[in-house]
Amino acid sequence: MTKYVIVGGSAGAVGAVEAIREVDPIGDIVVINDEPTPAYSRPMIADYLSGGVSQEKMLFPAKDFWDNHKVQMKLGKRAVKLDLLKKTVKLENNEKVVFDKLLIATGGEPFIPRMEGTSREGIYNFITMLDARGIEEAIAKAEKVVVIGGGLIGVSATEALVKRGLKVTIVELKDWILNLILDKEAAKIVEKVMRENGVSIMTGHTVQRILGKGDNDNDVGGVVLGNGTVIECDVIVVAVGVVPRTELAAQTDLKVNRGILVDRFMQTSVPDVYACGDVAEAYDFIHKTQRVLALWPVARIGGRVAGYNMAGQKREYPGGTAMSAIHYFGVPVISAGLTTVDEADGYETLIFLDQEAGIYRKIILKEGTIVGMTLIRDVERAGILFNLMKNQIKVEEFKHKLTADTFSLASFPETLRKQLLLGV
Amino acid sequence: MRRVYAHEEICMGCGLCEVYCTLWHSKSKELIKAFRREQPKPISRIRLVQEKPISFAVQCRHCDDAPCVFACLSGAMHIDEKTGLIMHDDEKCVGCLTCIMVCPFGAIKIDPYRHKVVAKCDLCQGLDIPACVANCPNEALTLEEVQPR
Repeated sequence: MTKYVIVGGSAGAVGAVEAIREVDPIGDIVVINDEPTPAYSRPMIADYLSGGVSQEKMLFPAKDFWDNHKVQMKLGKRAVKLDLLKKTVKLENNEKVVFDKLLIATGGEPFIPRMEGTSREGIYNFITMLDARGIEEAIAKAEKVVVIGGGLIGVSATEALVKRGLKVTIVELKDWILNLILDKEAAKIVEKVMRENGVSIMTGHTVQRILGKGDNDNDVGGVVLGNGTVIECDVIVVAVGVVPRTELAAQTDLKVNRGILVDRFMQTSVPDVYACGDVAEAYDFIHKTQRVLALWPVARIGGRVAGYNMAGQKREYPGGTAMSAIHYFGVPVISAGLTTVDEADGYETLIFLDQEAGIYRKIILKEGTIVGMTLIRDVERAGILFNLMKNQIKVEEFKHKLTADTFSLASFPETLRKQLLLGV
Repeated sequence: MRRVYAHEEICMGCGLCEVYCTLWHSKSKELIKAFRREQPKPISRIRLVQEKPISFAVQCRHCDDAPCVFACLSGAMHIDEKTGLIMHDDEKCVGCLTCIMVCPFGAIKIDPYRHKVVAKCDLCQGLDIPACVANCPNEALTLEEVQPR
């Protein structure tokens, strides 16, 4: 009987468990999760903090999932060391778990930039439920918050905090927010809506120092930017990004670049050891090389592919790419693939912009296929474009229709349309 | 399992599929009441797409290995164990739009009347023949038995 061990209990683990059980109904599955709480949907912590979603609703997968899939769950236990020769995982309490097939799905951890004063009280990350609860407690007697970092996590924290009635200032290093998923034009549309909702956005700035409060120097009282500007606040959320939690790979033969390197079968450089999700560096179908993609859907699919392969059913990972669907302050935005390119490098950019209505559609092409897409407000057809991109379908013949108001499956050439509609 | 297929050669683009889909997914299931008085307003889960002279209706294809299920952040989108259909749980949905990002057919809609929820075809649970198929005046939509996944 095969012994499967999964370190990490989030999206990657869920995907792997589902796939393993499809193939192998009897093998032992052990999931080691250092979070003390049952698995929940991490991207939903902003919905929790805003007050829109209960903790119950955040449980993901459903409570009975682990039992139904006959998983032995080790909650609140941290894996501290791997022995890949003896095939064991050592836990914090010195317990050793033996495996035949191992999946490392430990995720990422927040990156904290170097600043003075980070030991003060009132500084939070925004990755886990524990972070969200900490912030919830802290804002009970707060008025102003500074969010350091204007990426997906920073902006989602901002929206939640605004909904809770706080005054929020975002400090972003680059020239526009959400710069990893939006070009400048698209970001301007989102920034406008955020400002209308009372958010202050300081782009092109860094926080140099965290100040104490007048009456208690131990508590956060404000920040000092690189140019000397002081912004008062009671709470700080640090959201400048996550780095892969690769510490288990230390002192092993696992090849690590930024993340743990995996092949198209999600296997690491060591046989029988797999990795997926935020900790892995897996194939990106746009960049055509391995990249770290800290995204929930990518983790779940990667976990699924790893699971099939661990259970002996060979499956190739189709690859992921940067992809984000967001709806901050009521504005739906979907972006995937490349966002900002230089046309001198052989890219072609198709744009539709209605500045007044805040509608934006941008498609980036290279050699006749889509390599990037951004849609604001008018997003329901995003998946059609995404799949043209993912499957690298030649769109030259109908590219002028891609950004049109009327774009739909009816815009496809007949053969392609029939292939898609009759193919399922 | 069963799947609805569209036949563009005979679709007139009349849009009755959308009307009857909306009606079946209303509370009252009465034409005038459903469209005029119900709150939140019901919406159609089928979409008539056209680029003249071509028109046909698209709804959830209930894909094998449905990408929306594996992309869903909340667990709202799921495979029904009994029927194999891709079902959507309104109560669980937080409207994150990730399913919309990955649906190859653009078959999932944002429900504009209910905050943060999407809507899609459920093959009309409770009806033998889905409303769009039953009410297409030209038989441009047909229900066909396909191999279960």
